[in-house]
Amino acid sequence: MELSNLDIEKIRADFPILSRKVNGHPLVYFDNAATSQTPKAVIDAIVEYYEGYNANIHRGVHSLSQEATDAYEEARETIRAHFNAQKKEEIIFTSGTTHGINLVANGFASELKTGDEVIVSALEHHSNIVPWQMLCEKTGAQLKVIPMTESGELDIEAFEDLLNKNTKLVFVNHVSNALGTVNPIQKIITDAHQKGAAVLIDGAQAAPHIKADVQALDVDFYVVSGHKMCGPTGVGVLYGKEEWLNKLPPYQGGGEMIDQVTFEKTTYAGLPHKFEAGTPNICGGIAFGKAIDYLNEIGFETIAAYEHELLTYATAQLLEIEGVKIYGTSKEKTAVISFNIEGIHPYDIGTIIDKLGIAVRTGHHCAQPIMDYYKIPGTVRASFSFYNTKEEIDAFVQAVKRAKIMLS
Amino acid sequence: MKQKRTNSLSNIKVIQEEIVEEFEMFDDWMQRYEYMIELGKSLPLIDEQYKTEENIIKGCQSKVWVHADMQDGKVVFTADSDAIITKGIIAILIRVFSNQEPQAILDANTDFIDEIGLKEHLSPTRANGLVSMIKQLKMYALAYQTKVN
Repeated sequence: MELSNLDIEKIRADFPILSRKVNGHPLVYFDNAATSQTPKAVIDAIVEYYEGYNANIHRGVHSLSQEATDAYEEARETIRAHFNAQKKEEIIFTSGTTHGINLVANGFASELKTGDEVIVSALEHHSNIVPWQMLCEKTGAQLKVIPMTESGELDIEAFEDLLNKNTKLVFVNHVSNALGTVNPIQKIITDAHQKGAAVLIDGAQAAPHIKADVQALDVDFYVVSGHKMCGPTGVGVLYGKEEWLNKLPPYQGGGEMIDQVTFEKTTYAGLPHKFEAGTPNICGGIAFGKAIDYLNEIGFETIAAYEHELLTYATAQLLEIEGVKIYGTSKEKTAVISFNIEGIHPYDIGTIIDKLGIAVRTGHHCAQPIMDYYKIPGTVRASFSFYNTKEEIDAFVQAVKRAKIMLS
Repeated sequence: MKQKRTNSLSNIKVIQEEIVEEFEMFDDWMQRYEYMIELGKSLPLIDEQYKTEENIIKGCQSKVWVHADMQDGKVVFTADSDAIITKGIIAILIRVFSNQEPQAILDANTDFIDEIGLKEHLSPTRANGLVSMIKQLKMYALAYQTKVN
């Protein structure tokens, strides 16, 4: 396979974990949609922080605190530039996508009333269903669902029918975690705005592969996690339009987010601090910035082209195995293959190929409504990253064949 | 009857030792898994009427149904799973614990799991929920023991 402009040997050398063995076999890591691996540059940033300038930020007058504050704010700027937000204040550090979604859902509790409608999609991760269900229970708003089609795409016509003047919010993921489908978010955002509804896009699965431009999209909120973008776990970002962030109440009370505190009344700090109560994941934020730098050095177009080649190759190889059925066959998809082999439980396949050093995800992928749609207990999900290779796909396909023989 | 009762715990130990010996014949994980899959085929299957939501063991990625019955002072288990490795695991547990007295089931340890190379499945977060299965079998035993008392 002709591999696009990507020095795979050099890239693999950046990821120490890729040289380890699992159960006596070289690790083949195909669970990237759950957590991506961490390059040396990011690991170094974490070590440098703790060895060199670990201190609390924004409040200290001493030098270490200043250095840590500078590095943290520099990371915010890196992230702002990456997503092309207009202002740094629109970038809120969170503990991850789930936190970002809950922050917005909580904020909207005071915005919604009985009779209002909230639209989610059938392709959502549980983290983008449950907070909205809770919000609707609290406010009396009604939850509507954009149905999916057999190919794992959203039924956009049905979405148009769901939209009306009562629609206040629309929540859709940019890319489905279970199937890899890339959703037509630009159209969804434009159409929702025409009816006056705000839109939150869950970018967790898209962000490692697609560089989103929040201004071009005109999206109201966009949420991502660091650990899916070669950054550490426990850190993420909520982008929100300044006007929305000013409007929504703070999510958590505490230090850092205040302006003045008396027992009579507290006034809140300005953005972004209003939403960043307490000591944040300082090291995580800094390392997340480094991860984004790392990805941009390789280039998102290069990453997408290479991963697409891996996807095409793996899809063809897998389909040669009799009984394989792939779920999610949208033309626009990221490097994710969700599949089953007829008559075999996904859990059994995952267990056997783990013994051969291959890490995939099995189960419902926190997207039970999708599994219910296909009437299956779950799938085996192999998700590729730019540091994976065709040789690894060969090893994976061999392992699946072996599992099939054992399990049939 | 009295005699049998005191023997139940040692019966469990004997069966566990048998299983350990059987697994010792295999050199690698693959043969062990193949054997486990074979054992799954000998599982006393749960009657379809008991394959209900309430009888599903929580904490497993695959579905595992277990039913218990008391016959002549002994707990008789039947089960099924939609995944065949899990079916093998529950079959091993049932071979050990079925047809035993409730107190013996409660008193028995499960160290043999480690010895047959399935220790990795004992982690409480492991998706197959071996820990949940053992807990559920012991819960049934406890319920019957409470009735006996």
